[in-house]
Parts: sequence; C-alpha cells; structure tokens
Amino acid sequence: MPETENKIPAGSGAAAAANEPQKGPAPAASPEPLLEIEHLKTYFPVKSGLWGRTKAHVKAVDDISLTLRAGETFGLVGESGSGKSTVGRSIVRLTDKTAGEIRYRGQDLYAMPERELRRLRPKIQLIFQDPYSSLNPRVRIGDAIGEAMLQHGLASPDNVREQVLEVLELCGLPRYHIDRFPHEFSGGQRQRVGIARALAMNPDLIIADEPVSALDVSIQAQIINLFRKLQRERGLTYLFISHDLSVVEHLCSRIGVMYLGSMVETAPRAELFGNPLHPYTKALLSAVPVPVPKLKRERIVLQGDIPSPVNPPSGCKFHTRCPLAFDRCKAEVPEFRDMGGEHFVACHLA
Amino acid sequence: MSSVSGAAAPGRGAKTAVKSSMWRQSVRLLLKNKLAIAGLVIVVLMFLACFIGPMFSPYADNKTNMRIMNRAPNLQHWLGTDKLGRDVLTRVLLAGRISLTVGLASMVLSVTLGTLLGALSGFFRGVVDQVIMRVADLLLTIPSLPLLFIFGALLSDWKVPPENRMYIVMLILSLVNWPSMARMIRGQMLSLREREFMQATTVLGLNNKRKLFHHLLPNLIPLIIVIATLNIGGAILSESVLSFFGLGVTAPTPTWGNMIDAANNLIDFQERPWLWMPPGLSIFITVIAINIFGDGLRDVLDPKQKR
Repeated sequence: MPETENKIPAGSGAAAAANEPQKGPAPAASPEPLLEIEHLKTYFPVKSGLWGRTKAHVKAVDDISLTLRAGETFGLVGESGSGKSTVGRSIVRLTDKTAGEIRYRGQDLYAMPERELRRLRPKIQLIFQDPYSSLNPRVRIGDAIGEAMLQHGLASPDNVREQVLEVLELCGLPRYHIDRFPHEFSGGQRQRVGIARALAMNPDLIIADEPVSALDVSIQAQIINLFRKLQRERGLTYLFISHDLSVVEHLCSRIGVMYLGSMVETAPRAELFGNPLHPYTKALLSAVPVPVPKLKRERIVLQGDIPSPVNPPSGCKFHTRCPLAFDRCKAEVPEFRDMGGEHFVACHLA
Repeated sequence: MSSVSGAAAPGRGAKTAVKSSMWRQSVRLLLKNKLAIAGLVIVVLMFLACFIGPMFSPYADNKTNMRIMNRAPNLQHWLGTDKLGRDVLTRVLLAGRISLTVGLASMVLSVTLGTLLGALSGFFRGVVDQVIMRVADLLLTIPSLPLLFIFGALLSDWKVPPENRMYIVMLILSLVNWPSMARMIRGQMLSLREREFMQATTVLGLNNKRKLFHHLLPNLIPLIIVIATLNIGGAILSESVLSFFGLGVTAPTPTWGNMIDAANNLIDFQERPWLWMPPGLSIFITVIAINIFGDGLRDVLDPKQKR
C-alpha cells in the first residue's frame, strides 16, 4: 500500500515540525551537519573500598570527534570493548559524558534542561542490540509504539491506532500483531517492533546499536534491507554501530573504526575497504570472511587481547598489538590526520 | 516481500489475542500444581466456614451458660464448651473471622505501604531513597516480636476500648511488616530500571508517570501478589501471638490466639484439649495452606526466585 505509507511522513511530520525548533526545512541528503561530536570523553569511575572512592576510570570513550551529515549512514566498527556502544549511548544521554560536546542541529544536547531534552528526544532514536530485553514483556506492542507518539503529540487518541498500524506495516509486520505481547514474537519480528517504535517518533537520526547481532543471518539480511528501505523513504540518518564489517560494508556510506575508545580511522566505504591505512583496520579487514574458498589471502592475526581501558597504553593505544610498531608509537599519540578525500587516520606510518 | 520466518499462520490473523495470554498461562500452570490448589481450596473453605458458618449456629450470640461449662465434645456442642459454657465450634469460627480479617487487612495495608514506599525509593533514588530506607532499616533492626509487644503494651496502657483494638492491631502489624516489603520492591525496581526496555522509555522521552505506572508497576505485580499471599499467613500468626499474650485483640472478642490463651493453664491443657486444639489447628492449617498456595504462586509468577 504505497498510499498509506506516504501518508505517514506527511501526517506525523507536520505535528513534529510544530514541536521541534528547526531552522527551516531539512533537505534530505545535504552536507549540513546533523550531529556534531567534539572531543567526546565518557569515563566510568571504578569505585572501591567502604566509601566507594573513585580509584580509576574506565576510559570507554576517549576523545572522539565525529560529524554526521543529514541523510548519510555512518558505520562505527570495532571489537568488543572498543567503546562504540558507549558513543551511541552518550549521544542519547543514557550514559553521561565526562567531557566534550555533542550538538544536534547546533544545540548542545548536554546544555539543555531535562524538559527540553525530553521534547527533543523523538528526533534521536536508539535501536537496541537485544530485541528480547528492549521490549517490556508486559506491554502490548501497539501500546509500546503508540504511547510515545501520544506523549509527544505525534498522534491523538483518536488516530493513534491507525498510525501505529501504518508504522507496523511499514516495518513489515502484519496489522493483527498490534495487540500482541513481545513474547509472542520471534527475534526478527521483535527487532522490527523495536525499529517501528523508533520510527513512529519520526526521527531524524537513528542510532542502531548492533541491531542485527542478535539475529541469525537470514533475518539479518531482512532487517538490513528494511533499514535501507526506510532510509530511502524517510531520508533518515543512521549511526550504525556494529562489529560485523560485512554488514557495515553493505549498509554504510562512511565508516569509522574504533579501538580502545579512540577513533583510529574514518573513511568513505570504498576508500576504507580499498585502501585501509591503519594497521588495525587492515587486520580487521583481513578477518572478514569471503565467500570464495580458493582465494588465498594474507590474514593478519593480532597478538594478545585488547588492553584494559582503565589504563590504556601510552602513545598510540594500538602499539602493544601493532605488527608495525616502532619507538615513536610508544611515546607519541598519533594525530588524527586528513589524508584527503575524507579519509582520516591516526597512525604515524600513514 | 519480506515475510518474517516463523510468522503466525495466516488463518490465525483474524483472532487477536485480546486477553493477556501471560496471565492465562500462569493460571494454567497454577492449576497443574495440585498442592497449591489444595492450599487454595483449604483457605477458601476456611473463609467460607468462618464468615458463613456462624450464621447456622444456634450459639452465635456468644451467651454464657454456667450449667454447661467445660463440657467435652457431644452432639449438641460438636467441639464442647468452654469455661463459660460457650460453644467452642462457634467461637472458633467467630474467632476465625477476626483472625482472617486482621490478616487480610494488615496485609493490604503493609503491601500498599511497602509497595508505595519501595517504589518511590527505587524510582527516585537519592535523598528520597535514603530517608525511606533508613526508616525501614530502623524498624528492621528491632526484632518484630518485641516491637509488637511494645505496641501491644502501649495499647493496653492507653485503655483502647476492646472493640477498637482489632483495627489498631491491624495497623501495628502493617507497621512492622512494610519495611521488608518495601525493600523487596525497591530491589526489584532497581533491577528493572536498568533493563533495556526501561532505557528505551528514556530514549522515547516518556515521562515519569508513564514509566512508573505503565512500565515498572506491571512488572512488579507478580512479585507483589506472591509476597502479599505469603504475608497473610505471617500476619495471622503475628496476630495470634499478640492475642495469645493478651496484647492484641482481647476478650470478649474471640480470636484464635486469645482462645488458646484462655486455655493456658495446666488443667485445661491436660484435661480439656477441646479448648485449645481447635483454634490451634485452625491457625496451623490456615497458615500452612496459605504458605503452600503462596509457594505455588511464586513458582508460577516469579520463577526466578525458585530456591
């Protein structure tokens, strides 16, 4: 039903526009920055002892800068513990930042009062990794999707059901699911519910925190295709957090690689996959499985584990595992340099 | 077409699950637990007997009759008579009314108070939490029995009329019981608020009212039901103890506790078991039945807590 699908952005969009302080109409894919992250640091205190004195900090995110343009899909990759989820959670203020600045359309998300933030929240939505725990087991999915629409005035009590049905259909869920409880769904269906819930808020930015990692591969493909379809139809901007490079390659226009809380390389997709400059990126790419068994590739195997973010290595954080490390890496933090063509890398050798 | 694998068969689509199948499933599970159902049946029978039974008794006026005092069970008086010639069976049933009412009412009070304070504590944390929890700690540091005694003694000291004592006993019992309830609710609240679906409500920008009443409390209800059920048994027991020591509901109003107290001498104990056996067994059976039912409920509603 293409007609009903087209109605949604029009109907709910009008209500949202009145709700949101926006500088004129936002063009779909423009170089205008939607979200700017500057020198973001998010530390978690390590407390111990009787009085819970802070002994140290887990530096989950350690000085990250990133600009998201409206309409693009930015992929954030890195291994477990690299801080990529914390970046996403810091943006939506689920985890408070330690330092730095996060601006959405020029507004500092951390400088506004609670009330104002709550009004802005629909515009930045988060899709959670685990579709099993991100839905309240005692709330019907129709309510789960509709309640936030009602609270933000995106729907009225008379038409909320209709609007929820439309969003469900848009996300590939049959209408009769509206009165069901989460436990009646499969993992893939639940993730669709999670996406529908975020989408119902008519957001500009969707932060997807490993949205397909908990799903099996055939369902992953469906969900990724859904993400692409929604972006086409709604002009959404995605911050796609994943550890799966093949998923990111399929979906993202620009990719950032994180290691131990720091960004080591960002580049457009083709550039990153064709011409990786950071040794860590190279190692990651060499680990991506290729469906050609005969193809012999050089596999770069990193030694050891990711170091503790409580006490990260000096200089370049990667030097303890880098096959190319030399003296300078231990002493000096590499600058995040522009290599041309939007390719940035933090490595002394690049 | 992106039809999701494992979706419901198309034919089922028309019938939407309107009733919460979660609750229905719980009931089905509970029905399978024979012991719990037996407990429930006993409790229900006990309630019916106590509240309806005395209406059919010719001795319901509680009149004393010195000519038939301390009779052993016979055809006229199935459980004998006490030292004032009153029918023991009728008195046990009348006492049951009081004991069960006190148990039920003080449970409702303490659960309401405990849930409210525990939920506030766990939801708002910070200063609110500190104040409520320190008060709860204070009440919990004093063993409940001495605390009950002190309150009971105060009651006697203030010369509260006997017919009002029942209500004050309810209050006392709930005052002693709410802290443990509040703690449990608070703990559950703290764990719930860290769950991903609660973080989702934050990201969606829902207000506190919605979060609390629509997302958190429904998840607490199974726990509340279980605690509430088990609480009734505890309250009945506490009331009996209090009345046994003459500090709870006092004569002439009969309760199971003060009936046993009335038979608390060597002769009655040795020679007239019909005076103390019926109320004692009533307490025993009722409390055991409630606890068995509560355990069954817990297995169904709160599977994580299984020992």
